[in-house]
Amino acid sequence: MSGTPAPLLEVEGISKRFGATLALSNVSFDVRAGEVHALMGENGAGKSTLMKIISGNYQPDTGSVRIDSSPVALASPRDAMAAGVAIIHQELNTIPEMTVAENLATGNEPVRFGMLDRRKMVEQAREKLARVGADIDPNRPIGRLSVGMQQMVEIARAVAENAKLLVLDEPTAALSRTESEQLFALIRAMRSRGMGLVYISHRMEEVWELADRVTVFRDGQLIGTRDMRATGPDRVQPGDIVRMMVGRDIDDLYVRTPHPAGDVRLSVRELTGPGGIGPVSFDVRSGQVVGMVGLIGAGRTEVARLIYGADRRTGGTVTLDGRPLQVRNPIDGIRAGVGLLPESRKDQALFLDLTVKDNVGISTLADYSSVGVVRGGPLVKAVRTVMDQLKVRSNALGLESRALSGGNQQKLVLGRLLLQRPKLMILDEPTRGVDIGAKSEIYRLVNEIARTGTAVLVISSDLPEALGISDQLLVMRGGRIAASLDAREATEEAVMQHATGVYSDDATPNEDAGIPR
Amino acid sequence: MNPNTVTTPDNPIPDTRVEPGTAGRGAAIAYWWDRVGIFAVLLLLIALMAVLAPNFLSVDNAINVARSVSINAILAAGLTVVILTAGIDLSVGSILAVAGVGSVLLAVDGVPTPLALLGGILIGALCGALNGVFVAWLALPAFIVTLGSMTYLRGLAYSLLDGQPLVASDLGFRGIGNGSVAGIPQPVVVMIVVYAIFWFLLERTRFGRHVYAVGGNMEAARLAGINVKRVLLYTYMLAGAAAGVAGLIFSARVLSAQPTAGEGYELDAIAAVVLGGTSLAGGRGRIFGTLVGAVIIGVLSNGLILLDVPFFYQLVIKGVVIIIAIALDSLKRFSRASG
Repeated sequence: MSGTPAPLLEVEGISKRFGATLALSNVSFDVRAGEVHALMGENGAGKSTLMKIISGNYQPDTGSVRIDSSPVALASPRDAMAAGVAIIHQELNTIPEMTVAENLATGNEPVRFGMLDRRKMVEQAREKLARVGADIDPNRPIGRLSVGMQQMVEIARAVAENAKLLVLDEPTAALSRTESEQLFALIRAMRSRGMGLVYISHRMEEVWELADRVTVFRDGQLIGTRDMRATGPDRVQPGDIVRMMVGRDIDDLYVRTPHPAGDVRLSVRELTGPGGIGPVSFDVRSGQVVGMVGLIGAGRTEVARLIYGADRRTGGTVTLDGRPLQVRNPIDGIRAGVGLLPESRKDQALFLDLTVKDNVGISTLADYSSVGVVRGGPLVKAVRTVMDQLKVRSNALGLESRALSGGNQQKLVLGRLLLQRPKLMILDEPTRGVDIGAKSEIYRLVNEIARTGTAVLVISSDLPEALGISDQLLVMRGGRIAASLDAREATEEAVMQHATGVYSDDATPNEDAGIPR
Repeated sequence: MNPNTVTTPDNPIPDTRVEPGTAGRGAAIAYWWDRVGIFAVLLLLIALMAVLAPNFLSVDNAINVARSVSINAILAAGLTVVILTAGIDLSVGSILAVAGVGSVLLAVDGVPTPLALLGGILIGALCGALNGVFVAWLALPAFIVTLGSMTYLRGLAYSLLDGQPLVASDLGFRGIGNGSVAGIPQPVVVMIVVYAIFWFLLERTRFGRHVYAVGGNMEAARLAGINVKRVLLYTYMLAGAAAGVAGLIFSARVLSAQPTAGEGYELDAIAAVVLGGTSLAGGRGRIFGTLVGAVIIGVLSNGLILLDVPFFYQLVIKGVVIIIAIALDSLKRFSRASG
């Protein structure tokens, strides 16, 4: 690295209070031109609040923001944009029905004789896309592009508007490996052009790969900033960051107690579904944790939904404990003993307006009702029991679930499954968007569930996680199972080869190999 | 909504993240609206009317208001359940007419009074069931389906009577329109019973939890094993049944079968629901909020009449009040969207 460049952005003494919660407490922070500054911390630690202040969405209660050494008042996102700050949110801000060019031109459409100059708009879009090295047809509707490509378009727009500081909020959450690599290349290119980048992520290996500095937040406080380029005794170890994040050591994040698997519980034979899924065949035994891995779009979620009854099968047989599992809808699936934790917590699992108690109990209300009337006492007791098991404070039972952190929200959905006492539990990305503390508890719980004889199928895009908590790995590619590996012996490289279908004798050395998480 | 919903700011739960969305005025208004609520608005309105209109605060007038509110309040109770699932029912006014006409025809034909009453309610539930089938199984937009049924049911009401009102001055159930029990008008008693039933359904039964779940997140409800279609069917049937009850009261009050009964009533009912704090986006709301909303509309109409405000200005004022209520609703939603 060069010497110490002048800070591009300086934030001093920022505090922000919501009701009785101090979301940010006297935070000072800076971003230099030409650096990637990673922000880490559990959900609700204050990262997002700080970023919303920098991007003009929130006003701080105290403190000041300076850009290029001059104080700025960021009263709105528009002000922030004018000052050169752009933010790429986790949820994309694109208009799916409009073309890439239209999306890029929104608010600034080229006009000729009072009419939209379409040719010029496409031309400008090509230039903007070229600046970020994206090879995307400007005439395609943006909704047809992958999430990764849509993100590129958003970055292209930010760069075109001369953003000096770009905030990326968990940009790889929905990206495939290849797309992530492309994004990293672009981030490096923007850094070398002198832009300042703030990178929010839960993924340690990404931060290791990209960041020049890392700042950790916890409970609204800035815990510390570490220089990732430091060498010698100051060299940062992954454990240091984790310790800063949780305030203690987390050793052995992944838990898997080896014990003999029992009889076959789930047996899938030649299962097929719409959209070229299958045929797939596999077994899950009692007490076994089977991990299902693969690239985005490999058909993992689809297989899970076919087993559960969320989608219609087109062929094949599925048996559970030797009995045919014929399901037309999730009601049948639950009745037969299958529990599903859906892929997207917010869209497919949570009722944000309902209380914690109702969210946990919603699938099993029949067990706690007589003639359709819910018996409050037994329900509360049951919910309290699973919440204790999941280490969610029981005084939260009456809270709306929207008030909880991502990790606790995920635990609610897990609690819902526990109440169902399923024979087979399917967990689709159980730790996505979940902080590290909740992650370790979810792993512990998965281990616990398996020990009681439940068959567990875990879909995960987090390879170290899948390797760490499973007994067996099913690698999917193109709607089929490309390989079945023993999780204890499999390596990330081997899994990726099967997942991509690109086999080589000498596996390319993996940059982030050897970095524990 | 729930007795143990404790979210007082001075009782923060340590491991929860409390971020009331976007800061600023919008969030502040939504915050107070949620807590102080529509009830304060009603008290304010009553105080205002008491000062302006000399004879507003009399027992007679209070009974008068209660009586005039009852039909709209009953329609709105049924509509609340539908709106909680993010649906809408524009046909409640027409269902009122069909059920009212049907029950009078039954009574005139010599059917015993209790059966005629039951018939009216069943006719309403049946009309609602038809709406429900179209919305749930054919996945048609509720707005369009009920716009259609609003029209064809009105046509049905006319055709049952050949377009002419049918006077039935010795109607067996005229009491529920004009009678009183211990000084309380019977329609008000019916209204209280209807609200008790709906409160119980929404707050104490499995069905009630399912209604909130379906309205809050339909896909999550399906994946959680809720029979979404059946829940939707039942909500439209309940709205229809409530409209049927309102139809009985209407017929009893005018001692006749009127094909034009309940025309335009759906708008006041929707207004009562929204004023009462139920979100048109579904998943949030309380049945007693709706009752307060209906009373506000009743007090407003009554007060404006007492104040001799010309009819067309009454309409203007009512319309403005409804828009303010909906604006508050969208403000609430906006402040929740982020965060």
